[in-house]
Amino acid sequence: MKILVAVKRVIDYNVQIRIKDDGSGVVTDNVKMSTNPPDDNAIEEAVKIKESGKATEIIAVTVGEEKAQETVRKALAVGADRGIHVKVDGTIEPLAVSKILKKIVEKENPDLVFMGKQAIDDDCNQTGQMLAAHLNWPQATFASKIEVNDKSLQVTREVDEGLETIEVNTPAIVTCDLRLNEPRYASLPNIMKAKKKPIEQINASDLGVDTNPRIEHIKIEEPPKRKAGIKVASVEELVQKLKNEAKVI
Amino acid sequence: MSVLLIAEHNNKEVKPFTLNAITAASQIDQDLHVLLIGSKVDDVAKSLSEVPLVKKVLHIDHEIYENYIAENYTAAILKHADKYSHIICSANTFGKNLMPRVAALLDISQVSDIIKVISPDTFLRPIYAGNAFATVKSNDERKCVTIRPTSFEAAETTGGSAEIEKIDAADQTENTKFINREEIKSDRPELGTARIVISGGRGLQSGENFKLITDVADKLNAAIGASRAAVDAGYITNEHQVGQTGKVVVPDLYIAVGISGAIQHLAGMKESKVIVAINKDGEAPIFSVADYGLEADLFEALPQFLEELNKLNTIQK
Repeated sequence: MKILVAVKRVIDYNVQIRIKDDGSGVVTDNVKMSTNPPDDNAIEEAVKIKESGKATEIIAVTVGEEKAQETVRKALAVGADRGIHVKVDGTIEPLAVSKILKKIVEKENPDLVFMGKQAIDDDCNQTGQMLAAHLNWPQATFASKIEVNDKSLQVTREVDEGLETIEVNTPAIVTCDLRLNEPRYASLPNIMKAKKKPIEQINASDLGVDTNPRIEHIKIEEPPKRKAGIKVASVEELVQKLKNEAKVI
Repeated sequence: MSVLLIAEHNNKEVKPFTLNAITAASQIDQDLHVLLIGSKVDDVAKSLSEVPLVKKVLHIDHEIYENYIAENYTAAILKHADKYSHIICSANTFGKNLMPRVAALLDISQVSDIIKVISPDTFLRPIYAGNAFATVKSNDERKCVTIRPTSFEAAETTGGSAEIEKIDAADQTENTKFINREEIKSDRPELGTARIVISGGRGLQSGENFKLITDVADKLNAAIGASRAAVDAGYITNEHQVGQTGKVVVPDLYIAVGISGAIQHLAGMKESKVIVAINKDGEAPIFSVADYGLEADLFEALPQFLEELNKLNTIQK
């Protein structure tokens, strides 16, 4: 069984983002970047499945600018076997990413495609579902547990009401929740070894996919700031303020 | 052209967020049709037809829709999508799972999680965990839009009398099977729509200690929330998580207890009207968004808080 894992390079989750003065976007120069957190869970799950003997190969793929390759290299360091970097500059929307990934799936014929449920930069939560649609494959989104059977998966999904379990036949797409597993750190020897693993470079333009954005970003701005609050000295004072000032209890 | 809203329900009643999405959809275009896909949902169709903002209810009834499977819903939606300028649903786990599948097959670049309708093609949406607001204009001829329910008022539910049109089911997928849903029943208000939310974080130190939160919640008739750290640690189940990848809540009063206030948690609660933080670390980032901060040990403060509330004795269910 072959697993394709899609990863995205985003501003690190610990960074407090800054908005460009002209409102055209978010400052990314000299900002720490890393792999989108739930994509780390996707890689980890694929590696665990391979370690259990149920998968034979893991391919990590990313779509993005030159430096996006770093996320593939990191995936290789925690256990992916080889990488694919689809190069494209500028903004690329989930719809275009999903069309590119479809081309990669057709080329590689994986049994499973894993990725994070949502990227923490644009917060779109679309790519996995869109890829499933293009391929006419089943989708198991927001997975917090995956059981691999012979020709199917049993996936526990985190939904608003609690947990839901579905069974999907393979090939299938799974989008991963942060609670699926605990991603491992790459060891130094594995980081060294990863440098020798191959990363194939493909230009998005060679795949015949239209990557032009359909959505115009007219303005990016700071959200309204909250008025500064106060510290209260005691529980009594807190309750009095909530009752008499804020009038919420 | 009209707009089409996909209803969420449990075959018995409409889920509350659908009413918020109806309000948003009607701001895009007043000729609003609602598509109801379910099994034995005549009552749900009727209640949707009574929502004054709804002009027409399309009702697909078939046993294959007893459980919500995105693949089956998508096939049903696609049979009717071409008559509409916008396909709309709420941006909760229901709509997040469904809409991109529909959008991809219509070759539409979806606009996710909008918090404001500026015009029928231009919307405001939060990005980077709500640390930036983006004004976006969709240049697709038709649009797929998901709505952040807590940013729109719930629509009125009585007084309307929209036409109900029964339409045919679509094909069923062979490749996805519903197994079960572990739904935790509770008498408390739902997290997404509660007037008061009290949330616990890692500071609670154990699942048992969440009782301190529960006691206050009972007194205030509040919903119970949690930080991701508390859910990860197993103190409480996932449906309580508030944050960027959990639920977004906008109650009148949000009480954060033992929560440090990571960016990802703030994303889920900082639009609340009044925020209270109780934390023993005076430097915790949660205080930066709190209207009232109390620097105290929660194990002393929570029982005192309950005691003070009991003294007031004015809380009404």
